[in-house]
Amino acid sequence: MCLAVPGRVMEIEERDGTRMAVVDFGGVVKDVCLEYLPDLAVGEYAIVHVGFALQRLDEESALRTLELFAELGLLQEEFGDPWEAAAPPGESPERAREQEQDREAAR
Amino acid sequence: MRYVTEFQDPELARGLVEDIRAAVTRPWALMEVCGGQTHTIIRHGIDQLLPEGVELIHGPGCPVCVTPLEVIDKALAIASRPGVIFCSFGDMLRVPGTDRDLFRVRGEGGDVRVVYSPLDALRIARDHPDREVVFFGIGFETTAPPNAMAVHQARRQGVRNFSTLISHVRVPPAIEAIMTSPDCRVQGFLAAGHVCSVMGTGEYPELAEKHRVPIVVTGFEPLDILEGVRRTVRQLERGEHTVDNAYPRAVPPGGNPAARAMLEDVFEVTDRAWRGIGVIPRSGWRLSPRYRDQDAEHRFDVTGIDTREPAECRSGEVLQGLLKPNECGAFGTVCTPRTPLGATMVSSEGACAAYYLYRRLGAPAPGAPAPAPVPSAVPSSAVPTPVEANPVG
Ligand code: SF4
Repeated sequence: MCLAVPGRVMEIEERDGTRMAVVDFGGVVKDVCLEYLPDLAVGEYAIVHVGFALQRLDEESALRTLELFAELGLLQEEFGDPWEAAAPPGESPERAREQEQDREAAR
Repeated sequence: MRYVTEFQDPELARGLVEDIRAAVTRPWALMEVCGGQTHTIIRHGIDQLLPEGVELIHGPGCPVCVTPLEVIDKALAIASRPGVIFCSFGDMLRVPGTDRDLFRVRGEGGDVRVVYSPLDALRIARDHPDREVVFFGIGFETTAPPNAMAVHQARRQGVRNFSTLISHVRVPPAIEAIMTSPDCRVQGFLAAGHVCSVMGTGEYPELAEKHRVPIVVTGFEPLDILEGVRRTVRQLERGEHTVDNAYPRAVPPGGNPAARAMLEDVFEVTDRAWRGIGVIPRSGWRLSPRYRDQDAEHRFDVTGIDTREPAECRSGEVLQGLLKPNECGAFGTVCTPRTPLGATMVSSEGACAAYYLYRRLGAPAPGAPAPAPVPSAVPSSAVPTPVEANPVG
């Protein structure tokens, strides 16, 4: 979560009175809140941290950073399965996931 | 220079290293504040590329690492309660509390969920009006505005079953604490770029002037770091001590005004304990009184928890730049990312993890010189007693 990742705005819409965007991070697509950068437009790049656009970034730097993060495996770390990443030796992330599904089903 | 070939623009990197080499006439110690920068430095061997005498000291800029044990234990206590859905960023799952971590709590039946954004936690609260949803709000100035927005939106949307366990920290008071320590060796700072994307550079001139220390706002790509080092060294060699922005593409001087306004609204500055370091005055945020009913510490009684740090972990010294990770006796033997003793080995931004992942250094050889006695970087009565060297294995 410490990472701030550049992404490209694909769509913008108002949701529950909040300005939100669909943002592409080199293939991974996420919902991002634009309340802190309300004039960001479709096609522009921004630095995104925990689902919030915080500063505009030029395309060249954005693409360079994305490439670097992909190389370092940081995109996987940021957007991959956190339970799997956290599973200690001998414990299965599946078990944790199943428990969550059971709970969801029980509701 | 063998690592230069790994840089995105090797020629540029070579030029920057040459510039630094040409400028240096005596030894300098610089601190990179941000854990992301530490990882770039170790991954690309930047510390080894620099001319002899230019030393990079790793700073305390990993939010996961500095979250106090007491707060982790409170999180574990809240997450264990029936009826609670506890939402956290994924990095916090394996941070050891006194006797377990969030991963374990979930295994024991606690409803712990990982969210990408604090707004995801708010959505979970809206979807489960019959449950208490608690969000674990940690982080530096970059993460605080998103967390503030979740609190603000919960209020605006009338979501009453949403509260937050807040443990936010601020960089400038940490710099102040490091500079006022009698053992301070730091002569220049590479300030954390994304913190400044939000806060701007306005908090730094006073610090630079007071402590006569150059502060250069630096990004975290390899070339950014070299440029930050180049500008800091140039100032030091000239006897200057100003604030310089080497990351203007992401850092306007005023930061992000909308985010700063939200911080003002939702939080107030408070003293905060940093894990392994102790209390630093005015170094954190808590919810302002107007938002007290959304404070999980008020909503749940989590007082009287007995916290115990593992004695062999020396991450407090690592976080203060007093010890390199591989100088810890447990490093790489009993303490690895899979079996971490301290948060600096758990977190993807932690210095111990960086050394383990990229440098693969072993534990200190038997008979290696013992690390220097451990002074405390923070002049506060709350600083824990230094831990004796206690090599294991
Ligand atoms: S190597 Fe492990 S035990 Fe040693 S300081 Fe780092 S986290 Fe603590």
